[in-house]
Amino acid sequence: MAGLTAGHPVRGARGLTNRLRTGDWLFTALTGAAALVMVGVIVAIFYSLTHEAWPSIRDNGAGFVWGTTWDPAKETFGVWPFIFGTLVTSLFALVFATVIAVLVALFLVEVAPGWISRPVSYLVELLAAIPSVVYGLWGVFVMGVFIRDHFGPVVTDVLGWIPFFDGTPLITGLFSGCMILTIMILPTVMAVSRDVIAAVPRSQREGIVALGATRWEGIRLAVLPYARSGIMGAAILGLARAVGETLAVTLVIGNSVKIPDNIFAPAYTMASVIANQFNEATGIHRAALIEVALILLVMTFVINVVARLLVWRVTKGQRAVVQE
Amino acid sequence: MTARPAAFGAHGPEALYRRRKLVNHAMTAAMVVAVVIALLPLFFILFYLLKNGLSGLSLDLITEDPNHPGRSGGGVRNAIVGSSIMVGLAVAIGVPVAIGTGIFLSEYGQNRAGAMIRFVIEVMAGIPSITIGLFVYSVVVATQKHFSGFAGGLALAVILVPIVARITEEMLLLVPRSLREASYALGAPRWRTVIRIVLPTAMPGIITGVMLGLSRIAGEAAPLLFTSLGNQFYSTDINSAMDSLPTRIFTYATGPYDYWHDQAWAMSLILVGIILVISLAVRALFGSRVTVRQ
Amino acid sequence: MTNISVSNALLGSARAPGSQAAGPAAEAAPARMALNVSNLSAWYGSKLAVSGVSLDIRANNVTALIGPSGCGKTTLIRCFNRMHEFAPNARVEGSVLFDGVDIYAPGIDPVRVRQRIGMVFQKPNPFPTMSIAENVAAGLRFLGVRSRSAIADRVEAALRLAALWDEVKDDLKKPGIALSGGQQQRLCIARAIAVEPEIILMDEPCSALDPVATLKIEDLMRDLSQRYTIVIVTHNMQQAARVSDHTAFMLMGDDGAGHLIEYRPTQDLFTRPSDKRTEDYITGRFG
Repeated sequence: MAGLTAGHPVRGARGLTNRLRTGDWLFTALTGAAALVMVGVIVAIFYSLTHEAWPSIRDNGAGFVWGTTWDPAKETFGVWPFIFGTLVTSLFALVFATVIAVLVALFLVEVAPGWISRPVSYLVELLAAIPSVVYGLWGVFVMGVFIRDHFGPVVTDVLGWIPFFDGTPLITGLFSGCMILTIMILPTVMAVSRDVIAAVPRSQREGIVALGATRWEGIRLAVLPYARSGIMGAAILGLARAVGETLAVTLVIGNSVKIPDNIFAPAYTMASVIANQFNEATGIHRAALIEVALILLVMTFVINVVARLLVWRVTKGQRAVVQE
Repeated sequence: MTARPAAFGAHGPEALYRRRKLVNHAMTAAMVVAVVIALLPLFFILFYLLKNGLSGLSLDLITEDPNHPGRSGGGVRNAIVGSSIMVGLAVAIGVPVAIGTGIFLSEYGQNRAGAMIRFVIEVMAGIPSITIGLFVYSVVVATQKHFSGFAGGLALAVILVPIVARITEEMLLLVPRSLREASYALGAPRWRTVIRIVLPTAMPGIITGVMLGLSRIAGEAAPLLFTSLGNQFYSTDINSAMDSLPTRIFTYATGPYDYWHDQAWAMSLILVGIILVISLAVRALFGSRVTVRQ
Repeated sequence: MTNISVSNALLGSARAPGSQAAGPAAEAAPARMALNVSNLSAWYGSKLAVSGVSLDIRANNVTALIGPSGCGKTTLIRCFNRMHEFAPNARVEGSVLFDGVDIYAPGIDPVRVRQRIGMVFQKPNPFPTMSIAENVAAGLRFLGVRSRSAIADRVEAALRLAALWDEVKDDLKKPGIALSGGQQQRLCIARAIAVEPEIILMDEPCSALDPVATLKIEDLMRDLSQRYTIVIVTHNMQQAARVSDHTAFMLMGDDGAGHLIEYRPTQDLFTRPSDKRTEDYITGRFG
């Protein structure tokens, strides 16, 4: 090989290293640049939104967050009705979707044989593939009608004695928002819970069963406690998704800037008010909407971080504690 | 001389045992009910998509452009074409960035910098797509003073990158060490090893990731509301407002005309159909390892 | 201890092939049998793992199952408390008579079987979200033991029997996993004892432990056999020789399944094995 003979070791070796260095250096630089793009984008998003929202942040101050009146004509901007809508719909979805999702995940991991659990698992995950706007379409024309005509009346019959549940069921409204979000985040919570529950070591199940536990007792005493934080993480991931969901909610929420006085009344969420009003908005109205987006961004960011930490801790951390 | 099986094992009160069995059966029943509840929406969505969408499907739907609002008939050709263009744009812009990021993370990412970038990717994957739409609006649309298909494609690209980057990194890490080592042993530099050996091996999985990301962004409407906006007319000009299936579905769903609703169902059927086909293809190619969720 | 009603007519039936008649004269009274295993075979799907094993486990004795890896001894012991059925496509044929009743008879609830036949596993598996006391008490709720004082009493009794009480009595609220490996295993033994089983099955209980911890547990086994029947699986012949009263030697046959080769009082099996394969194993020619 040229350059590697004893007579010219220096030149040959330097030739080799040079070629390696340039190629690899360039490669690292290019891929590193690609990786930094997303970092740049996230920073840019925070900066840009803050910048655009600044007129509103400056003018509306802290009252923005708890103000209850949103009146662009009078240049009064209080977003509490939207935060209320987002919180109620998302928390409703969080609770109900988690309960159902965990039961489904338990079924898939602990009860069902493989030939049932694989297809069922796939079908539930398919729900996650349906676009938000299609959910919205179905939500208005099918689910909403069902709520107005059948499900809503049942709810008022059973729970109508509570003032907030005493209302006339409509096609669109806060309750429809709650229902559509529950359906939409269910597959996410289910899939992560399923993975977390499947990660519980066999030895834990065997330990409790060897004492004479029934299957449910084994789940309750050994599996669920072990998987607890992971399931919480799954639930919070679902919450993050619910908070940011836009199109489906926009179509079924009813579009009212007033705080709803009962669960069936029309309402707004942060994401849906932006979707509906932004294109027609100008000036301070526009800045106010961007401020709403900023609040939404920070909310989902925090929720996501918390969720990832919890899930990560169970699938990596807790197993290290029990010397397996 | 065997004792009656029923009397076996009176270890603890009989009543307690019966209650424990009852609770066990009840919880099993609850789990089954939960599964049914979870699957009902899927069946009802698919059912109504077929019921309401099939009747709206016609050749006109995909070959004609929309009529003036109010006049029934017409089609959604501009939406289908617009979606295709913007998704294509997103793929063209986003996939190189995503693959580059994935390569960087798999090759050089086992350190703090890598952890930070992974964190950022996770965060990006979780932020509401409407926020991304607003961002691209501020940066591109406001500056150019007009809506554009390019802005729409860009917004979709931003959504696409985290999805594809994650899967790319995972697929690259799956390539066995021995393959890399064989290449190094022959004297190949790192960049050549990755490009000639590792990447091609991981390519089927990466393509899967691209397909999944594609099916996800094809259905996104929120980021397009303020970027490409939508367009009554047929246009392939990425420098002006461009129509798309999701935005048109949104407009038609909220509109006053029955034929709009019918066409919205038909468009949804097309969209979900495409997504289902991609999902099935991915599953057939790659088993249940990779799924359509976020 | 609880009474086990026994049929003496079962004595002497279904002995392992090749074993000698009822041992030395010191066993004057006919021994009570805790388990009568009859022609037991076990499968994982279509794979036969244990083939036609018959033996009688003597009550209040320590019985050891030995043999090289893969000979089916773990599968066999897991058939004694119906744990085998958790493996995918698991199947069992034959009978295991406990207290005169075949635990595999239709209508027998494995939940009840496991309350009376307990198990300790190879790797200690205390519940990480529970304290020491909670771990020991884990099975008590299945027996209806509710009151705090009753639970506390039984926890203390079980920990004493497991020779762990003195080491943990000052800090019962500590998490179960905060103990050393040997302590964790004794915790698991205490947990098994607390539900007052009649038989305790131990699947290689010391293989994950250091020698000091191992010896502690071996002493414990001998003590426990006064109150319970102990069956242990071990890959350590010396351990079997130290600890057990009876030893069963198993080997994988040409059909890939485990067969019982010899089952004799431990002394006899190790000094005068009647089967050449046993002799080869205990003299270390393979294994």
